[in-house]
Amino acid sequence: MLKTYRFLTTLLILVLLGGFTFRFGHGLDVGDKAKDFRLLSASGKTVSLSTMSDVKGAIIIFTCNHCPFSQAYEDRIIALHKKYAPEGYPVIAINPNDASKVPDDSYENMQKRAQEKSFPFEYLYDESQETAKAYGASRTPHVFLLTKKNNKFYVAYIGGIDNNTDEPENVTKKYVEEAVDELIAGKPVTTSFTKAIGCSIKWKQN
Amino acid sequence: MIIYGQSDEPSPEIIKWDALQSILNTHSDSVYVINFWATWCKPCVAELPSFDSLSVAYRNKPVAVILVSLDFKRQYADKLIPFIQKNNISARVLLLDEPEYDLWINKIDKSWSGAIPATLIFHKPSKYHHFYEEEFTYSSLIQALPPHLKN
Repeated sequence: MLKTYRFLTTLLILVLLGGFTFRFGHGLDVGDKAKDFRLLSASGKTVSLSTMSDVKGAIIIFTCNHCPFSQAYEDRIIALHKKYAPEGYPVIAINPNDASKVPDDSYENMQKRAQEKSFPFEYLYDESQETAKAYGASRTPHVFLLTKKNNKFYVAYIGGIDNNTDEPENVTKKYVEEAVDELIAGKPVTTSFTKAIGCSIKWKQN
Repeated sequence: MIIYGQSDEPSPEIIKWDALQSILNTHSDSVYVINFWATWCKPCVAELPSFDSLSVAYRNKPVAVILVSLDFKRQYADKLIPFIQKNNISARVLLLDEPEYDLWINKIDKSWSGAIPATLIFHKPSKYHHFYEEEFTYSSLIQALPPHLKN
């Protein structure tokens, strides 16, 4: 009887641990409370969600310098910020790549890129990669649209920016714009999750 | 449709989803190793020789190595073709021209986030189906083959 009890306890612990590990590896889902971060921007500022008091949400985009898919979207990311920052949804770009693997994505090169392209949004360096892991980002670009309710940020959309990376003129679904427009109108987000091809995040070797 | 590792075609085909789907729905008893890559993706390019070596080493076995390029269609002539020639890629290369990624990524595998490199290995008769959103070396690639091919 005692043995059975021990066995069941062990099993329960294993199941709990397994579940916990799975959650950790998985990151955030739509509807989850967003995790805060405190990261250095290419502008020199330290940025976190908690210090953004006068916003309605944020368009978090994991992106980087080197990835051609990120580059293809640079102008569209700038346009998103210009359109939606005045509405309370600024873009916050986060570069999660290990600069020792991709020197193009170093902090200094982020500063250069931000200046060359006159990024109007904050471009943060996730040097520890903790934020990318906490969110469950896997590729660049990878969007996590957040919306604020009772002073807390929640995930409203996860996925791609739109449905055509290479040919902006042939885009027929602007996933992020449609989602932000719905949030602004107080409506539920119709398409809250999409998948897109992107560069894998270059993780540090353990 | 019978597809073996080596192709006599001089240049890669540009395909739409239907063509890739018919490969996924094959009734062939070959093992399919389908790698998703692009010429601009550094870890993809780094692992490509392993896939090419596999296609050469298993050329007399029922193994089909297919390298599905996600390069943009406009880069076909000035990026993809020169890359294949320069690197002497002998495995079959297809350029998948389906820019609305959200429509088909889940059909390759639900666990795929969309990051590349990514590889699907399947063998219909033994219901072997494994998907990897990770990088391979030659030895880890051999390890990922179904048991009946490892000897």
